[in-house]
Amino acid sequence: MSRTINLKRGYNIPITGAAEKAIAGESNNPIRFGVKPVDFPGLTPKLEVKSGDRIKAGTPLFHDKNRPEIKFTSPVSGVVISVERGERRRILEVVIERSGNDYIDFGKTDPAFLSREKITERLLMSGLWPAVRQRPYHVIAKPGDQPKSIFISGFDTSPLAPDFDFIMENLPAPMFKTGISAIAKLTDGKVNIVLKKGAPKPPLPDNVDAVEISYFSGPHPAGNVGIHIHHLDPVNKGEVVWYINLQDVIAIGNLFGQGIYKPERLIALTGSEVINPQYYKGLSGGSVAPMIRDNIRSWNLRYISGNVLTGTKINADGYLGYYDSQVTVIPEGDKYEFFGWALPGTDKLSFSKTFLSSLFPKKMFKPDTNFHGGERAFVVTGQYEKVLPMDIYPMQLIKAIITEDIDLMENLGIYEVAEEDFALCEFICPSKIEIQSIIRNGLDLMIKEMS
Amino acid sequence: MNSLRKKLDKIKLHFEEGGKLSKLRSVFEGFEAFLFVSDRVTVKGSHIRDNIDLKRTMIIVVLALVPALLFGAYNTGLQHFRSIGVDAALLQAFWFGFLRILPLIIVSYVVGLGIEFIAAQIRGHEINEGFLVTGLLIPLIMPIDVPLWMLALGTAFAVILGKEVFGGTGMNVFNPALLARAFVFFSYPGWMTGDNVWTEGLTKGQNIIDGFSGATPLSMCTLGNTADLPSFMEMFIGTIPGSVGETSTVAILIGALILILTGTGSWKIIVSVFGGGLLMGLLLNAISANTYMELPFYYHFVMGGFAFGAVFMATDPVSGAQTEKGKWIYGFMIGILSILFRVLNPAYPEGVMLAILFMNIFAPLIDHFVVQSNIRRRLRRAEITIGNKSLTHETSMY
Repeated sequence: MSRTINLKRGYNIPITGAAEKAIAGESNNPIRFGVKPVDFPGLTPKLEVKSGDRIKAGTPLFHDKNRPEIKFTSPVSGVVISVERGERRRILEVVIERSGNDYIDFGKTDPAFLSREKITERLLMSGLWPAVRQRPYHVIAKPGDQPKSIFISGFDTSPLAPDFDFIMENLPAPMFKTGISAIAKLTDGKVNIVLKKGAPKPPLPDNVDAVEISYFSGPHPAGNVGIHIHHLDPVNKGEVVWYINLQDVIAIGNLFGQGIYKPERLIALTGSEVINPQYYKGLSGGSVAPMIRDNIRSWNLRYISGNVLTGTKINADGYLGYYDSQVTVIPEGDKYEFFGWALPGTDKLSFSKTFLSSLFPKKMFKPDTNFHGGERAFVVTGQYEKVLPMDIYPMQLIKAIITEDIDLMENLGIYEVAEEDFALCEFICPSKIEIQSIIRNGLDLMIKEMS
Repeated sequence: MNSLRKKLDKIKLHFEEGGKLSKLRSVFEGFEAFLFVSDRVTVKGSHIRDNIDLKRTMIIVVLALVPALLFGAYNTGLQHFRSIGVDAALLQAFWFGFLRILPLIIVSYVVGLGIEFIAAQIRGHEINEGFLVTGLLIPLIMPIDVPLWMLALGTAFAVILGKEVFGGTGMNVFNPALLARAFVFFSYPGWMTGDNVWTEGLTKGQNIIDGFSGATPLSMCTLGNTADLPSFMEMFIGTIPGSVGETSTVAILIGALILILTGTGSWKIIVSVFGGGLLMGLLLNAISANTYMELPFYYHFVMGGFAFGAVFMATDPVSGAQTEKGKWIYGFMIGILSILFRVLNPAYPEGVMLAILFMNIFAPLIDHFVVQSNIRRRLRRAEITIGNKSLTHETSMY
C-alpha cells in the first residue's frame, strides 16, 4: 500500500545557484577532515584521541559523555592534527589530515543473519549510530528504544537542495539494499521511504517486506522528514520514531557489506557566488576548501554547510557537517540600504506580496545575509501557518516555549517538530524572531523535563 | 546617501552607551533605522531573511489609508463650504480640508511617537513601528472639530494605558486607535455626538446658512428620520458628514484592496465583518419593527464607520483573533454586534467602535477554543494508537 499526500502550504524560495547535474573529478578530494561535536544538539563530547595520534577510518575520536556507547569516529585514516576549542574550552572540531588507506574492520556480514542487538552494536562501534535520529526532540536516537517506525526521506525540498533523482541515479545499489536490510531489523514497525511524487523507486532488497513507499508533493518543507512523520505516523507522547538520511543508508550498507566505516555521499556545491555549482563525491566531514578553490565569484561571502535555511556557518576552509550533503555560498549582507523598507522593491526577495517583485513570480533572486530589519514582538498573525504544512498552531507553540509552559508545549505538538520544520517561519517572519533557536530551546527544555 | 551615512556614523558615537546623548539613544536608532535598513547580518538560524519587516508592513497599511485620507480632506472642505453656502471647486475644498486635518495628524503623531520614544528608551528596546498606523488612524476616526488638546489626551491615554502598560506594540488587548476614540467619546460626549461636530466651523456657528443641519446619516436614523437620508450612492461615495476618514466607502474599499492584495490585512476578517453585518441587517429587515429596522440592509455598509472599522480596525492583528478559524468568528461577531448596537441601542448612534472593542476582549477566548480543538484532536489521536497497542498486546497474550 503506498500513500500519496499532496501538500499546498509551504514556499520554495526562488534563489539562484542550483547545482548542475555533473560530478566533479577526483582531484577535488580534500586532505583535511573535521568531525564537529556541535553538529549534534545536546551532546557533551569526551575526547578519545589527542593531537598527533595516528588513526584509521573508524577510530573513535570522541564519545557522548552521558551515553559512552555512542561513538563518533574518523571518516578517514591519517593523523589528528588539532582539536579546536571555543568559549569555555568547548570542543568545536577534531581535525584529521588524511594519509594512507587503513580501515578498522568491523566485519562483513549480511544483516539478514544478525540480531537487532548485533546491528545496533555495530552501528554504535563504527560511528554510524549518530546517523539514526529520533522524534521527539530531533536528536541522536536512544539505542535501547523501540521505535514504532523508521523514516527515510528520499527527497529534499530546501533551497538549492541536492536533486535526489540525480543521487538515486548514482546510488551504489547493492550497498543501499544492504543498508535497508540492516535498518529494517531496528524496528518491529515499518520502514517508510518517502519519495517525491512521480519519482522512481530506489533499489530495494527482495526479502524485506517491512518497507513501505509513500509519495509527497508540494513546496518546501514537503521534503522534511518531520512533515512526513506528521502525516504518516505522527508521534504521540511516549512514542518514538527514528529517521535516517538517504545517503547514510549507503554508509550503513558499506558497514555491513564491506565491514568499514565509509560515510560516502554526493555533495552539492550551490549558491549564487559559486562559478561552477555541481556535485562532488566525498565523505562526511571533508574540507570544503578544494571545491571552493578558484570557484567563487567575489569576496566577503558566507559559507554554509547545508542549505541557507538550516545550515551551519563555516569558514572557507571549514568542514562538511555530519548530516549535510550540501554546501552553499552566498554574499554577506553587511551594508546599509537607504530607505530600504520604503522602496518599491522590484528586486527584493519576499514571501509577502508587499514588494513589487511579487508581480514577477518567475523571478530568481540572489539573497545576501542581511537581517532586513530589527527584532520586534509578534504583531502579524496568520503568516507562519502558510509555510507549515502541519496540523500545529505555530505561533501558539512558539509562545508556549517562550513562557516555558511544559504542558501547553506538549499539547500543542512539541514532540512532532524540529527547528528545521520552522525554518521557513523564521525566514518570512516580519518581526524577525529567531524561531529556530526558540524551537531548539523548547526541545532541550523538554529533554531536561522528561529525564 | 553616502555622505549622509558618514554623518550618521560620526554622530552615532554620542548616542551609544556612555556617550553624552545616550539618553536619546532609542530616538537616534529610530531615525537611523528609518533612513537606513541596518547592516546587521544573520548570526544564527536561517542565513537569509525575507525583505519584509514591520516598517514595510505598516507602511503598506498607511498606503491603504491614503485614499480615505485624501477623500477625507476633500469632504471636510466640501461640508464646510456647503455649510456656508459656497460652491467650492474640488481643489479648493481639498486644500481647505487638508489644512484642517493636518494639525490633527501632527498632534496625534507627536504625542504618540513621543510616548513611544520614551517607552522604548526606558525598556531599552528599539522603537516599534505600530504607531505609524495608529497615529494616522486616530485623526481619521475623529470629528474634524475635535479640540486638539482632547485629541492629545485621547492619544496619550490610548498609548500609555492601552498599549505601553501591557508591554508595548504586540501586547495590547485593545485596538489603540479605537481606544483613543472611546476615551474622547466617553469623556467629552458633547464633542463626539450631535449634529455640529462633523462639519468644520459648525461648532462656532459663524456664517452658517439656514437649513444646514450637519447631521450624519446615523443620527438621522436613530431619530427615525430615514426619509431624509442622502442617496445610497452619495453615502457610498462619501460626500456626507461624518468622522474625517470614514465617510467614503469607495476610498475605504480601495484601501481594502491594497490590504488584501498585499496580504497585509486579513481578508477573512474583512469578509466576515461584512457577512455578519449582512446577516444582522437581513434579520432586522425581516422583523421591521420600526423605520430604522426597515432600512435596506445594504445601507448599513455605507453609513457611519462600518466599512472603515471592518477594513482598518477589525483587521488589527494584535487585538484581533490570531487563529485563522478564529478570524472568521471574530469578524462575523463584529459585523453582527455593530448593526445590533446601531439599530437597537438609542444611546449610541454608532455601534462599530463598541463592537470591535467588545470583540477585542473576546478574541483570546475565541482563539482559546480554536486551539483547544487542536489539542483535543492530538489527544484523541494518541488514545487511538494506545488503544490499538493494548489490543495487540492482549491478543498476543492469549
